Amino acid sequence: MRLRNLIYLLAGLFLVGACETMEEKGSAQGIGELKAKSIGELKAKTYGGQVTKKPQGFSITPGSGRDFVVNVGDRVFFAVDKSNLSSEARAMLEKQAAWLKRYGNVNVTIQGHCDERGTREYNLGLGERRANSAKDLLVAMGISPNRIKTISYGKERPAALGHSEASWHQNRRAVTVIAGG
Amino acid sequence: MNRKVTVRKNLITRLKSVFLGFIVLVPLNFLTFQSALGELRVDITRGTVKPLPIAVTNFIGETQQEIESGQSISGVIRANLERSGLFQAIDNQAFIDVERTLDTVPQFQNWRILNAQALVQGQVTLISNNRMRVQFRLWDVFAQQQMIGQVYTTIGTNWRRISHIVADAIYKRVTGEEGYFDSRIVYIAETGSLMRRIKRLAIMDQDGENHHFLTDGSSLVLTPRFSPNRQEITYMSYHGKVPRVYIFNIDTGRQEVLGDFPGMTFAPRFSPDGNTVIMSMAKDGNTEIYIMDLRTRQAKRLTRHSAIDTSPHYSPNGKYIVFNSDRSGTQQIYIMNAKGKKVKRISFGKGRYATPVWSPRGDLIAFTKMAGGKFYIGVIGVDGKGERLLADGFLVESPTWSPNGRVIMFFREIPKGKLGDKETKIYSIDLTGRNEREIVTPMEASDPAWSPLIP
Repeated sequence: MRLRNLIYLLAGLFLVGACETMEEKGSAQGIGELKAKSIGELKAKTYGGQVTKKPQGFSITPGSGRDFVVNVGDRVFFAVDKSNLSSEARAMLEKQAAWLKRYGNVNVTIQGHCDERGTREYNLGLGERRANSAKDLLVAMGISPNRIKTISYGKERPAALGHSEASWHQNRRAVTVIAGG
Repeated sequence: MNRKVTVRKNLITRLKSVFLGFIVLVPLNFLTFQSALGELRVDITRGTVKPLPIAVTNFIGETQQEIESGQSISGVIRANLERSGLFQAIDNQAFIDVERTLDTVPQFQNWRILNAQALVQGQVTLISNNRMRVQFRLWDVFAQQQMIGQVYTTIGTNWRRISHIVADAIYKRVTGEEGYFDSRIVYIAETGSLMRRIKRLAIMDQDGENHHFLTDGSSLVLTPRFSPNRQEITYMSYHGKVPRVYIFNIDTGRQEVLGDFPGMTFAPRFSPDGNTVIMSMAKDGNTEIYIMDLRTRQAKRLTRHSAIDTSPHYSPNGKYIVFNSDRSGTQQIYIMNAKGKKVKRISFGKGRYATPVWSPRGDLIAFTKMAGGKFYIGVIGVDGKGERLLADGFLVESPTWSPNGRVIMFFREIPKGKLGDKETKIYSIDLTGRNEREIVTPMEASDPAWSPLIP
């Protein structure tokens, strides 16, 4: 059983790494999902094989981009064609604001994104609205607007592929990215 | 019926010439042959058109090089006419006894037997300094009459343009409408994973040939549009992670950011006189429409509304602007005057309407419509009446008009495989909703914009 647990852990670590390279800044939610889905597959491949490497623990530097992504959460989601914040989104942004207060020298860029079910130019405007919606709440929570840039990517940089609401939901988002993180 | 008429040899010198860039055009003398039959004509405004059978012979020549050029030129003409959906080119293998000279009236019975309604003949002559003379005649086979005869002189490397100009002349003579073959497409070439798509500005002739990349893919670029003189392209780039409107000069390759705006600028298009770029600027969550005078570099705001106001496009006379706004709650199409006043909504159908583009003829607006989980390309009258949907799909977007307003190009995304992949390609379709064709590009392709003709 111990060997098996070790393989699980390794597989998990491997996937966290893989996930990081796929996504610009990593995603707390994405990590969870991918790990759960793919462990089965990897287990089949590696079970019975030799495991020589010891798992290396993550060391997350407090105040870093990784710290923010893993321990706070970097994104909020929106309804179709909307830019108003849900209660979940507000709660997430409040956590982000608390973290940004603790690390007062950190600047952020908020990226606004849309799903693929809109037209390109309108989505650029909509992504800008979403990024500003998130920014406005952080500012209302006491974060200086000078610390927050916004950028809209419209539908140009999806986080999830797939042509169903499950993916579209994940793409209608505002992502807070730590500068230099 | 096969009486031969000899053309005067030295016909070129006595006729007035017209300059088309480097191309000199001279009408060929008519070989007259009277007939009581009605004139050959295709009415392209009808919903269904039976393609006109046409024989496009290989343009003749003396030397091997001339013969090869002649074959290439005829091939381009034939392909253009066929792609228009209005002509059916008869297989050259079926031709009987092709004339070896342009200086006689054709043996019409040899063409009637093939049911050719029209016959195109031509000749290529290479003259000094890499220059080339291309002559052609268009014949009405049943009326036994010449419909056009012209001579063009140009440098040899212009042979594709000559072919397109000849095809335009044939199209115009037979349909009564201006042609559109001597035009280009600027578009976005796409490669790589959908999460980190690499997008490059690319340009090609309307038939997909003569393809060039204009940017290297290091910055995300979107939504290019031609200037009226086709020498510049305005587009949006994320160069340096600052999304702004740029102007690209095709001659010099120079790229220049347009204006010093405090927010993201996007959705640019030139005004019909080429002196102004109209675009959107987004700042603090609000997108408005601005114009930038290219001579004074002064920007002016046209809309004042908390809605997203974008995708502006001038009417051909420059007096009105059609644009996209969600001020009613969803994306709809509006028209305002050039000063930004007298805003009027024109789309009232079920669904969301976007990307309005004014027809070069002035009477129609092409749009993207989203309804019932599908996307459509359609047209609507300037008064908001007579909506017609031309193409549909999982996603179709970004209509652009041919210079004569008879054909629309757009792009389509087709879901592919189980991993959320999709394929993106450019298509053209007639205003009648018929004759949809893929425009073949080296990579995936989106955001097409059709150039005007060179005046």
